Amino acid sequence: MHIVDRRPNPKGKSLSNRQRFLARARIEVKGAVQDALRKRKVADVANGEKVTIPTRGITEPIFHHSRRTGRIDHVVPGNKEYVRGDEIPRPNGGEGRGGSEGSPDGGGEDAFEFTLSKEEFLDMFFEDLELPDLVKKSLKDTTTVDLQRAGYTITGSPSNLSVPRTMRNSMARRIALRRPRLPELEELRQLLEEANEACNETEANRLIGQLNALEGRIKIIPFIDTMDLRYRRFDRIPRPNTEAVMFCLMDVSGSMTEAMKDLAKRFFMLLHMFLVRRYRHVDIVFIRHTSTAEEVDEEAFFYSRETGGTVVSTALEKMVEIAKAHYPSDRWNIYGAQASDGDNYGADSSRCASLLGGEVLPLCQYFAYIEVGNGLSSAGLSGLSRDSDLWKAYSEVAPAHGHFAMRRVGDPAQIFSVFHELFAKGGVRA
Amino acid sequence: MRNSRYLGPDGLIADKPLFTESNWNFAGLRTVYNAIERIAIEELGLDFYPVQIEVITSEQMLDAYASVGLPLMYRHWSFGKRFAYHETLYKKGLQGLAYEIVINSNPVICYIMEENSMTMQTLVMAHAAVGHNHFFKNNYLFRQWTDADGILDYLSFARDYVAQCEEKHGAEAVERVLDAAHALKEHGVNRYTHRARPNLAEEKRRAEERRAYAEATYDDIWRTVPMASIPQDETEAQKKAAEVKAKLGLPEENLLYFIEKRAPRLDDWQRELIRIVRHVSQYFYPQKQLQLMNEGCATFVHYEIMNRLHDRGLITEGSMLEFLHSHSSVVFQPGFDDPRFSGINPYALGFAMMSDIQRICEDPTEEDRAWFADIAGCGDAFGVLRHAWANYRDESFILQYLSPRMIRQFRLFQVKDDSTKPSMKVEAIHDDFGYWRIRKALAKQYDLSQREPDIQVIDVDLTGDRTLILAHYFHDDVLLEEKTCRAVLNYARYLWGYAVKLQEIDAETDTVLKTYEVAAPPRP
Repeated sequence: MHIVDRRPNPKGKSLSNRQRFLARARIEVKGAVQDALRKRKVADVANGEKVTIPTRGITEPIFHHSRRTGRIDHVVPGNKEYVRGDEIPRPNGGEGRGGSEGSPDGGGEDAFEFTLSKEEFLDMFFEDLELPDLVKKSLKDTTTVDLQRAGYTITGSPSNLSVPRTMRNSMARRIALRRPRLPELEELRQLLEEANEACNETEANRLIGQLNALEGRIKIIPFIDTMDLRYRRFDRIPRPNTEAVMFCLMDVSGSMTEAMKDLAKRFFMLLHMFLVRRYRHVDIVFIRHTSTAEEVDEEAFFYSRETGGTVVSTALEKMVEIAKAHYPSDRWNIYGAQASDGDNYGADSSRCASLLGGEVLPLCQYFAYIEVGNGLSSAGLSGLSRDSDLWKAYSEVAPAHGHFAMRRVGDPAQIFSVFHELFAKGGVRA
Repeated sequence: MRNSRYLGPDGLIADKPLFTESNWNFAGLRTVYNAIERIAIEELGLDFYPVQIEVITSEQMLDAYASVGLPLMYRHWSFGKRFAYHETLYKKGLQGLAYEIVINSNPVICYIMEENSMTMQTLVMAHAAVGHNHFFKNNYLFRQWTDADGILDYLSFARDYVAQCEEKHGAEAVERVLDAAHALKEHGVNRYTHRARPNLAEEKRRAEERRAYAEATYDDIWRTVPMASIPQDETEAQKKAAEVKAKLGLPEENLLYFIEKRAPRLDDWQRELIRIVRHVSQYFYPQKQLQLMNEGCATFVHYEIMNRLHDRGLITEGSMLEFLHSHSSVVFQPGFDDPRFSGINPYALGFAMMSDIQRICEDPTEEDRAWFADIAGCGDAFGVLRHAWANYRDESFILQYLSPRMIRQFRLFQVKDDSTKPSMKVEAIHDDFGYWRIRKALAKQYDLSQREPDIQVIDVDLTGDRTLILAHYFHDDVLLEEKTCRAVLNYARYLWGYAVKLQEIDAETDTVLKTYEVAAPPRP
């Protein structure tokens, strides 16, 4: 009998099968992911998700007997009261048949449930979305340089020395040139000592000669020669500028209810997750405004309560100011997202429109305006409800700028579809 | 060996148990295995393959589940699905993992989980490494159908071949073939050994014998009996059709074999993929017919061995209790109206029947003498069991050995479910009238040819549009489930490349009740 410890074996033997399975169930999984998103909180959007998918696309049909035809005998255990000739009503879904067990997918028509990892979840989530105008920026901009492993080289800096490669070469050379090994020398020295003790002079001389020859050889053939040295080689790969900044603008005046803020937050979170996947580094700037605007941290942005009037243009001014000071547009990809309930101080809306068209949009890669409603008005009904001042003003700017989009959102369930609409590959923009 | 001190040939009482701690270690496993092996060979007279025990983690156990219990497998999404399913159940705590998986190869590979306690490892080794192992080596179905020496090599070939095909022809193309072949895999097995190729000398000898027999029994009077006259042209046509069928080897119940050999439009690599699926399916063919006996044998053997270890003081009282707890939950049989009921538990029925055989051999009642005259009171329980393990399958084992006592103990009853009637009817219960019927009905329930639809290739329209014609021969009006049948026929069409037709034919009256047709796939 042998005992083999298989525990150290590499893990993830089923990984490639799993990927195949996901690819197979792609449509179902995607639907489930979007469903899941509607239900869950923003804070844990990025966690893995347990998804339940219908078994449609992943059934493995085989020929089997129908349970609704013919005459079948069942033998089952546990008779308590029946005698021959008793009639038993037919149980729903078919009597559990002796010998037959549940199929691995939990029985024919049922839904199939399993857990997606975070990566898999996000992949599905953002699958057919893309960032607008990503290319334009990267072409225009100076690119940054990335290092990428590219084999080995014979020159390089000591910090890039590849010890395993070098030692491999060294060993091959030492074996090929028959460099004496230390144990051999030791052995000879031992013999020499013994010969000396035994006063066997001829033998000692012979050994000394041999020893000298070997030591000479060791000196000639170094342990590591410069020709053994190998260095890790890196190629410099130009990469498009991968830094982005995202401006979140939100009205926090009294008219914005918690529910509206929650909607806005969901949108911002989605945008952030999306940017993080596309850019290596994403800065977020939170600007909130009432009648004045200020830059705040995330906590204050979403949760602190403010009162006051509403002057939207202050936020846009603030954004331009910060962008000019810290995020020059030739180096940064700038994204803006504004959320508001549409209320604005009377004369300010036209100013907002001119600010947006004249200063903000030229800076940005993309700017999205989300008007949050109280659950009654929705994007689909926009024609019927009264347009807000801000909405009207922005509508005039929109046609001239392809990278500006505006949408109305009424309840959390719409967030994803609105987001999806905005960033769909080659999608329409308002 | 080390433990010979404890376990002499005369069954000396040990002076101390083999282990006292609950954690296992490699030296302990070895000692315990040696003790078990000794009991199995010397006392129970078992004969098994050498064993290789492999310690694995729970994650690796899930991997093994996913690849249907084999150590290596080609890649396919369905295994990923199985993995995702079991993983979710396991993580939710809905399903524990098996303590072991054992693979019918030579040497037998027995996976044991690192989480098991020493007692559980002892149980697992007695159960799998000895019990299943003996069954694998001796049962006639395994001997006939399973190449224990070659299976691992074959699987590794299959895995590499599928991977190569994916590289060459694209994963999608390979997946399509495998999907289709998987749909037909239950019908990709040979149920009988091949007809021997006609051998000239043998044929000559048989012809000679026939002639000699005809000469010996010649009676001139038969010449005067008038022959029925058959129209000449009809026989000619029939003869010709029969000839073509014979050349194609029809009827053929191994659908995958037929498609692999005869499908007109498949590439060589596609045929090879089908062959792989067919071989793997064939490997599992005996297992499906031997579930009850296999588990029964292993459970009976582990119970016997654990008790003998305990009798000698080789395992402690605590271990014995732990074992009994686990054993009794393994052989638990809920009644049909219990929410836990999911068919007859093969461990429970198998173990009970084998214990019953032991009782019949050693301590029979009058009833046993009447029902089992040949073995009742013979005294050699293990001889009888070894014979049963070697020469029966589930169906014949029940037909032969299910005793009235078992029927009473399990309170088995037979229900007839006639789809034309509003309710089901109890046909037999555990009484004198019912024993025989229940035994027969239960055996039928385990008969693979009853459980799985009998589907055969009956004809190919060679002169017309090359339609493949399948037949489902049914009994008792049990037809195929419509939705899956269509889905499978679509797969069959993909492999065949032309239209496929399936007729549902009543096996008794030869009337066609229903016909499915799938048109030929559109040509690109």
